[in-house]
Amino acid sequence: MEFLRMKNICKSFGSAVANNNAELMVNRGEIHALLGENGAGKSTLMNILSGFYRADTGEIWLDGEKVSFLSPQEAIHKGIGMVHQHFMLIPEQSVIENVILGKSENPFVLDIKEQAEKFRHLSQQYNMEIDPWTIVGKLSVGEQQRVEILKALYRNSKLLILDEPTAVLTPQESRNLFKMIRKLSSEGCTVIFITHKLMDITEVCTNCTVLRKGATVYSIPITPSTDKNQLAYQMVGRAVEQEHKKIPENTGEEILRVSDLNYTRPDGASVVKKVNLQVHEGEIVGICGVDGNGQSELIKCITGILKPTGGKVEICNKDCSKLSVKSILRLGVAHIPEDRLKMGMVKSLNLSDNLILMHYDQPPISRHGLIDWHYVQSWGMNICKKNDVRMQSIDQAAGDLSGGNQQKLVVGRELEWNPKLLIAVHPNRGLDISAAGFITNCLIDARNRRTGILLVSTDLDELIEVSDRILVIYNGQISASLTQSEFDKEQLGKLMMGIQTAENKGAV
Amino acid sequence: MTFLSEFLRSTIMMSTTFLLAGIGTVFGERAGVVNIGIEGIMLVGSLAGVIGSWMSGSVWVGMLLAMAGGLLVALLFAFFSVRLYSNQIVVGVAINILAIGLTVLIYRGIFGVNGDIPEIDTFHAVAVPLLSRIPFIGSALFDQPIPVYIAYILVPLCSFIMNRTNIGLKVRSVGNNPMACDTVGLNVSRIRFGAVAYTGIMAGFAGAFLSTGQLSAFTENMVSGRGYIVIAAVACGNYTPVGVFLSSLMFGASEALEYRLQVINQSVPTEIWAMLPYIITLIALCVYQKKSNRPACSGTNYERQG
Repeated sequence: MEFLRMKNICKSFGSAVANNNAELMVNRGEIHALLGENGAGKSTLMNILSGFYRADTGEIWLDGEKVSFLSPQEAIHKGIGMVHQHFMLIPEQSVIENVILGKSENPFVLDIKEQAEKFRHLSQQYNMEIDPWTIVGKLSVGEQQRVEILKALYRNSKLLILDEPTAVLTPQESRNLFKMIRKLSSEGCTVIFITHKLMDITEVCTNCTVLRKGATVYSIPITPSTDKNQLAYQMVGRAVEQEHKKIPENTGEEILRVSDLNYTRPDGASVVKKVNLQVHEGEIVGICGVDGNGQSELIKCITGILKPTGGKVEICNKDCSKLSVKSILRLGVAHIPEDRLKMGMVKSLNLSDNLILMHYDQPPISRHGLIDWHYVQSWGMNICKKNDVRMQSIDQAAGDLSGGNQQKLVVGRELEWNPKLLIAVHPNRGLDISAAGFITNCLIDARNRRTGILLVSTDLDELIEVSDRILVIYNGQISASLTQSEFDKEQLGKLMMGIQTAENKGAV
Repeated sequence: MTFLSEFLRSTIMMSTTFLLAGIGTVFGERAGVVNIGIEGIMLVGSLAGVIGSWMSGSVWVGMLLAMAGGLLVALLFAFFSVRLYSNQIVVGVAINILAIGLTVLIYRGIFGVNGDIPEIDTFHAVAVPLLSRIPFIGSALFDQPIPVYIAYILVPLCSFIMNRTNIGLKVRSVGNNPMACDTVGLNVSRIRFGAVAYTGIMAGFAGAFLSTGQLSAFTENMVSGRGYIVIAAVACGNYTPVGVFLSSLMFGASEALEYRLQVINQSVPTEIWAMLPYIITLIALCVYQKKSNRPACSGTNYERQG
């Protein structure tokens, strides 16, 4: 039975068209995947449905009734609940305050205790026990997601929109999420599942609609025999090359040695504990772990952004615990930082400025203390061309590029100088398959050119695909070290969550 | 004994100006709006208080006029910062400069350039029966003008509103994450407008208490930085009404001490003692840096795209 129909939805932001005659039809109780690359207009379409944006043209029919939402409040009243990709929670406040915030039936003096009891019942009903009095900021990412979902259910949502829910979860957490989605669907709740992971779709979804460049291009029911390659083809609009040409192991000399590294935050929390690791030439060492287990601090200690409180970092046999960031980079280190917008680039500067951020004072970019802009222009154009950065001009602001192109710019800049050591943190986070594939290829090419790579990621598929060795970081410690033959997604997922298995107890 | 009792008495008096404005400002700050225009709003309030009291012969009319004036200027601030997304600090500075010029213009327009200081009705001390007879502290705490008692009552009341009511939850949430509030259907601008409006009413009231309670006349730029001290008091009080109460007492005490020391120790230039409250403010801000309640999105405007 048809539950939702969105017809001819168009939406532009300035000159950028986000949705162009997008169509969506969802039946009651379906788990409907909305598939598309970055910038295909999935989130915009859902933000229109949840009343956050207003469509320029088009109609929305919900449960046989034509609706038009002027505010999120109206959409919530009609039973639409959205779990945003970046959670819309207030980390400083308690779970229950987050849950009841903005409910129109709240009395002047809040009946927060009764509401907390009700919330507890609801969370038990879905086997997702969450203490309503905990401060949200203290919960793990997976728990915060549960709070978001429960928040929507608490408002009696009949249609739940999940925006890339598995992007931040371990395989086990994803599986729990899927279980819950199936339960909701069996109770008559309709779920729209935004994703660009094909695995998620075949695992849990019953139907799929593909968006490309803002328009609906394809819509099919999902069966066990659904061809993933066909979905990928529809999403990208051309055949996707999934093969990465990785040459056999050819490791050489040791490039990076971290010994007994400790880091204690100014507030006294010890977040990196006695970490030992080595990276050799021509090797990709993956570090896998749930966010917030010390990997960010570990990388910052290696790159000199933080000063370690103990232990040593040696790059090419040179102790660099006391060196400045710039001198460390000069040793032949390249860094693809965890947040490209905050650390990787200056959004308001143009592309050529961004490309010379590290080497502005080096020949041939700079001569006699002056920057040779003619050279920079042609050199920059060349990097952009080589790395398939799609831009209007080299003088446009970096912040105006799409996420994938921004990342290609950063990666291109870092690899241009043929680094000895590359530190890549979440290089594929939030990228669609074609951009992610390109960047993965860049990493493998660099490895084949004998760059040593330390790769931090939460994406197990990515890690297993490219790494020669994988280290698991949990609670600030390297809890396991696996070689290629031992890679196993299940096993890694457990280790990431701190579950020690018999085989790995002794490791490291 | 009398020295201490008198000192305590003037501490309460001086603190009340900070407290009345602070108990309003704490809501604006919690909603994520940094309003340094408090200084100017208080100045407008102190002039409006004098004019209202002079024209009607009742200090209460002056107080209401000051609240209305404070509200008006605060709405001007909110219009520019919350509605038009201008930089909050810049708008605040503009409000302060505007207030200095405007109050002088209006004052001279009404009372003449070299006019006599007008005789006006002021707030008189009213003793609370029984409580004012507590030895030593009784008269200092409970033989004060009525706005002091209003301030006493407002502290627990505002604390309750901030922590236990729907309005308080909305105000706190809007300051911490306006976008999250938007997605659950709250009108961020309206909540911030309301918080700023309340801030303005209280700052106007505080201004009136300064000119018709603590003193009994309007002088040019008479607020002289007290508005900034209020903002410091809110930060030192960790953005809670009770905290603001305690830090207001501290700043009030330093101001009271200034006047006491000026009288006692005449060998030191008065300007040295006059620096005291400001120096204490600086030290307090450096020493007391707890900011666990500082809103995560303090001072940033929120504009939804699309």
